[in-house]
Amino acid sequence: MASVKKQLSENKLSDRLAIALRKPGKLVSIYFTAGYPGLGDTVPIIRELQAAGADMVEIGLPFSDPLADGPTIQESSTAALKNGMTTSRLFEQLRGIRSQIDIPLILMGYFNPILQYGVEAFCRKCREVGIDGLILPDLPLEIYERDYQHHFKAQGLSMIFLISPQTSETRIRRIDAASDSFIYMVSSASTTGVQEGFGQGQQAYFDRIAAMDLEHPQLVGFGISDAQSFRAATRNAKGAIIGSAFIRLLTEKGVAGIRGFVEGLRSS
Amino acid sequence: MSQYSVDEYGFYGEFGGAFIPEMLYPNVEELRENYREILASEEFQQEFRALLRDYVGRPTPLYYADRLSDAYNCRIYLKREDLCHTGAHKVNNTIGQILLAKKLGKKRIIAETGAGQHGVATATVCALMGLPCVVYMGEVDIARQAPNVARMKLLGAEVRPARSGSRTLKDATNEAIRDWINNPVDTHYIIGSVVGPHPYPDMVTRLQAVISEEIQAQLQEKEGRPDPDVLIACVGGGSNAAGTYYHYLDREHVQIIAAEAAGKGVDTGESAATSALGRVGIIHASKTLLMQTDDGQITEPYSISAGLDYPGVGPLHAHLFATGRARFIPVTDEEAMEAGRELARLEGIIPAIETSHALAVLAKGAVPEGSLTVINVSGRGDKDLQTYIDYFKLA
Ligand SMILES: Cc1ncc(COP(=O)(O)O)c(C=O)c1O
Repeated sequence: MASVKKQLSENKLSDRLAIALRKPGKLVSIYFTAGYPGLGDTVPIIRELQAAGADMVEIGLPFSDPLADGPTIQESSTAALKNGMTTSRLFEQLRGIRSQIDIPLILMGYFNPILQYGVEAFCRKCREVGIDGLILPDLPLEIYERDYQHHFKAQGLSMIFLISPQTSETRIRRIDAASDSFIYMVSSASTTGVQEGFGQGQQAYFDRIAAMDLEHPQLVGFGISDAQSFRAATRNAKGAIIGSAFIRLLTEKGVAGIRGFVEGLRSS
Repeated sequence: MSQYSVDEYGFYGEFGGAFIPEMLYPNVEELRENYREILASEEFQQEFRALLRDYVGRPTPLYYADRLSDAYNCRIYLKREDLCHTGAHKVNNTIGQILLAKKLGKKRIIAETGAGQHGVATATVCALMGLPCVVYMGEVDIARQAPNVARMKLLGAEVRPARSGSRTLKDATNEAIRDWINNPVDTHYIIGSVVGPHPYPDMVTRLQAVISEEIQAQLQEKEGRPDPDVLIACVGGGSNAAGTYYHYLDREHVQIIAAEAAGKGVDTGESAATSALGRVGIIHASKTLLMQTDDGQITEPYSISAGLDYPGVGPLHAHLFATGRARFIPVTDEEAMEAGRELARLEGIIPAIETSHALAVLAKGAVPEGSLTVINVSGRGDKDLQTYIDYFKLA
């Protein structure tokens, strides 16, 4: 037991993430806001997503001022906070989740709630409940490396960085070098849920990134809502992340609609 | 380098930085790489100075307030930013930023506004330069500030309601930032105070620093010395204060006072006294003092003055507070309203309610007798007439 623990802590990247990224085929990663639609829905949603064949789940930690998000995710965050979701409550809900769930779990959130929780304590807690990686859109690479990365690395947490169509080639290479699992490729210059589907501009961008032959696989996010956009996004990339469209599904159909939604993404 | 200027990473001590999503990196980086050079260039300085002189009406007077001085047994000068075109100091910043935007080849301007003063100042310079202008304003503020909404529209700007969150200034700022994410190439965001990601706090401070530059020269002329004993300004985000303090930050013998809005009282739950109630956190991409819950959710401040109800404060001011360089004094709605009426009666000047907070420091006994004091009159009270009418039952 002790040796297994030791081995894990020495791993740069959690085995769950590494294994998922090596799977054949395209990966479906689903984002939802913790505490929405109901405070107690976190674990049932994750369970249903795994059963439906999702390869990865991004759990959104709700924030009062989500700068990078469009109206759908903003509204789900406001509702989740009203329902009483907090960082500590989310960790309570996730305690023991690893006895039922083996797909990678990624926490996505803004940096301020984490700063208030205490970065070191937050990272320890992530490790304890079985979180594999983090997406913190407002913690940029430079500040992460200078001030915080030792806390995340000490707990074997993968930090996932974003790139956008405006990111320069030099910077993409730098982000690739700083990454240890995958790169979150934002499909267009936009906040979440603003754009639906892709045009020629996006395809050119997807091709440009594919031609860079990066060390780490890319998952495309923002603007993916159905089988067609999923296919377009993953022509070159390893997978895609669906957020706003999934939140809309939860609003309309609740947990019962999850299976059909995830299966529908892969239908041809 | 001064311990009060920004370091190479964009921090003032522990405060500041640029906690931006990657989608904003190119926009902010373009500014960061260019702003100092552009601001220092001969061409920019000539255009900026000419517009400040001929369009804004600078230098604004430094006026010796005789009757006010008598009332408080000290020598009080008022720096008359209320006489600027559009009625407040805000226009110093928007003139500078629109020139910068043009140098960077930007074709579209966005801004946020709370009370509407910065929105009006932005709409004004956009009209002047013939650039399209979108101003984000919280739905709640649009309802409260109808005259300024009308002004912006008359000036040709589009006013877009911010419907998210608490639908006030902080949400209008969120919406402006989101607009910038969605329009990364051709749009410049004219932020209205010394807040937001680096380089904004430093850039806006430098543009507002014309205030302290003039105070120095005017005091020299009138008093034979450039330095007052005490400098007072109100702090919302902190732009008029930063401009008032700038040339005095390293002159430690000049006492600096910052008046912040205590609303109904610091401990009433209806306050905007950030230094008293805030903890270190991140708001609008800047690490600073801000009002928030234990869980790190940003809370909604309250003040009778729509220009001071910001839940954070610029990182420079957080640093001035933490180092003790500035003394922060909370001023309630009531104290401010009384001070505003007093200035009207003693000097014939009706100040903006934001400014009234700075004036109220006098009645709180914070200025030693006999001291040579400069108070920045950040704006005039025209926009606040309805609030004065309701408060003093003048109708
Ligand atoms: C007249 C006046 N003074 C002060 C302020 C507060 O802003 P700042 O702290 O950036 O000077 C405002 C903001 O609207 C204002 O209109």
